[in-house]
Amino acid sequence: MGNPQDGEAQLVIARSPARARREERLAFAALTAASAIVVLPVLSIMVVMCWRGARGLSWSFLTSPAEGLLAAVVGTVFLVLLTAAFAAPLGIAGAVYLSEYARSGPLVRFIRLAIINLAGVPSVVYGLFGLGLFVMLLGFGRSLLAGACTMALLVLPLVISASEEALRQVPRGLREASFALGATRWQTVRNVVLPNSLPGIMTGIILSVGRAAGETAPILFTAAFFSLTNPIPRSVFDPILALPYQLYVMATEAPGVPESHKWATALVLSALVLGLNLAAISARARLRRARRW
Amino acid sequence: MTEEGARNIITPEGEIKLATRDLNLYYDGFQALKAVTVSIAARRITALIGPSGCGKSSFLRCFNRMNDLIEGARLEGEVLLDGRSVYDSGVDVAQLRKRVGMVFQTPNPFPMSVYDNVAYGPRLHGVAGRAELDEVVERSLRAAALWEEVKDKLRQSALDLSGGQQQRLCIARVLAVEPEVLLMDEPCSALDPTATFRIEELMLELVQHYTIVIVTHNMYQASRVSHYAGFFLLGELVEYGETVQIFETPRDRRTDDYVRGRFG
Amino acid sequence: MRRTRQAFDEQLAQLEQRLLSMGEFVEAMLEKSARALKSQDVKLAQEVIVADDTADDMDIAIEQQCMRLLALQQPMARDLRMIGTVMKVIGDVERIGDHSVDIARSAIKLAGAEYFKPLVDIPRMAELVRTMLRRALEALVARNLEIVFQVVELDDEVDHLWDSLREELEEIMQRRPEVVTQAVALLLVAHWLERIADHCVNIAERVAYMETGRLETLAASHRADYRPSDRSPADDQ
Repeated sequence: MGNPQDGEAQLVIARSPARARREERLAFAALTAASAIVVLPVLSIMVVMCWRGARGLSWSFLTSPAEGLLAAVVGTVFLVLLTAAFAAPLGIAGAVYLSEYARSGPLVRFIRLAIINLAGVPSVVYGLFGLGLFVMLLGFGRSLLAGACTMALLVLPLVISASEEALRQVPRGLREASFALGATRWQTVRNVVLPNSLPGIMTGIILSVGRAAGETAPILFTAAFFSLTNPIPRSVFDPILALPYQLYVMATEAPGVPESHKWATALVLSALVLGLNLAAISARARLRRARRW
Repeated sequence: MTEEGARNIITPEGEIKLATRDLNLYYDGFQALKAVTVSIAARRITALIGPSGCGKSSFLRCFNRMNDLIEGARLEGEVLLDGRSVYDSGVDVAQLRKRVGMVFQTPNPFPMSVYDNVAYGPRLHGVAGRAELDEVVERSLRAAALWEEVKDKLRQSALDLSGGQQQRLCIARVLAVEPEVLLMDEPCSALDPTATFRIEELMLELVQHYTIVIVTHNMYQASRVSHYAGFFLLGELVEYGETVQIFETPRDRRTDDYVRGRFG
Repeated sequence: MRRTRQAFDEQLAQLEQRLLSMGEFVEAMLEKSARALKSQDVKLAQEVIVADDTADDMDIAIEQQCMRLLALQQPMARDLRMIGTVMKVIGDVERIGDHSVDIARSAIKLAGAEYFKPLVDIPRMAELVRTMLRRALEALVARNLEIVFQVVELDDEVDHLWDSLREELEEIMQRRPEVVTQAVALLLVAHWLERIADHCVNIAERVAYMETGRLETLAASHRADYRPSDRSPADDQ
């Protein structure tokens, strides 16, 4: 182990095995501590939420039309489903275009840049944009539809990125084999690329589902309203109760709401998001098992 | 090309299936092929040998226009199938690729059943009837010397097969669209010697009906199976002739050094 | 940059060296047998007969090395032609050794009585033939086709000598029947020398094949327009 020569990469090599072991233990401890710092807040939030929320939870609380969460749960679920229904096809189509069809050039670079930037736009800005476009200009009014459209825009970059990543994972050899047999690009995408990237695409949709369920700002002006009479939306043009917004109002503005109700709402929201995620993840796992390479 | 160079490229006797005239290929300014002029005999095995990165695969991909898929690829000169240019404006690329099939270096079966893999091509081109597909699948698997091994496993995933079987499956998949030409890009590089010999055996059977062009790093394989051989070096076709001449009495010193393994 | 297959090149050089050694050994046998005949030296002649075993051993050893190289090294082009050439040439060299033994045996047989006339042509033939053998092996080492041409020319001389010697001995046998035994023995010796010359021409033809890739009987190259420039273009570069 001589002195490094000019131009040779300098490797960091411990001077002795004992020192190497000590460094290893130190590094392991530091990394574990870092992970703990990340995990602890999450754990504590969940514990507190369960502890306090369980107290307020009861069947009547969930289902009673007056104070119950039923409408909010239903509203959130509808919102999430409609958002996914909008965002998924658009996002997948966009990803397919970028991954399979686009030739590199200034236009494509611009599109990618736009997508990256969109991902960084604050959610309240989306809310305002949705207000202007969907609620007012297009006249949807404060509605499920406007909310879903706005939310779909919010999660679109997520879906596109994850889908593109999934498409890229499909080995080039499969596409080449398809082309070499005389398939058109679309035939190749439809028969080979898309079916084999579904699990990855699902990931994007799962993530967007999680976002959609939990975001407040986009639906603030576009879809949600607060009510204690617990109405369930009858059409897409109806406004909805949504759990995040419900929680926000309960915690800040509405007078006389018992603490336990607030915590119970938070618990239900978290459980809902978790439930949606789990459902989507299990669907993805099933897809993965069915089709592997 | 110098006169001496022209002397080292012979024209095979009999029917010519594929040809190029002064073919130049550029990838974003880098010249991958230099003025390649050659004729490929029908229903013969023609091997293309030479060191890595010297243009053999790029050359092969000109015949089924797979280079179209590469951004920045630009082609000058002529590429002819049965005397007609494959880059004519009227040419349907999908049909071209049906006539000129390709087998790749790493076996790339689709993550589907064996049956669906072989049926993929015919389905693309409109074959739908169950009985018809069954017949095509069996015929192609037999032609690829794979039928006996997979006839009870048609519905199983193609990825469960061994490497050699997968490559024969890829060959069956190509045969299913009834091509006239088989382009094989180092088909045995990823296979063990036994599987390699089986594929070589298969090639010698198939050549009765198909024109086969094979790119190979393994010049011993080229000497074993091919009728004609071409030596590529740095994008140039240095020498081309009957295999026995290339390996016994090469005309060009560079060919001589290469086949003797003296390439420094 | 180190040339690839250096070990193989060394093995080929070694093979060539062993062939040369065998050639030199057999050339010595030839020289001794001719000398033994001329000076009627029985002991010398016996040395030649014993030496044949060694020559045979060399033949077998070199052939085995050739087979091993073919099996293990997958030689191509000029390497392959070279090994094939060596395998054929050792056959010719081994036969030359056998004929030298035949000459030595004749020397022993003839050592009893004095020659009816001093030997002139036979030693001359022997000298020519020795030169042919030496030149043929030189040609192989030097990969030189001009030397091949020289060997062929010498064969013409040997043929002439053989013809004239045969006529002379026929005439003597008719005139002086009492020397028939000797004459016949000498005729046989001349015949063997002529056979040795043919083997040398074979070696020369093989050298030509090794270089050009064309196997031709050099009877064709007896034409006045044969030129050494008919070698393979690959070798000029």
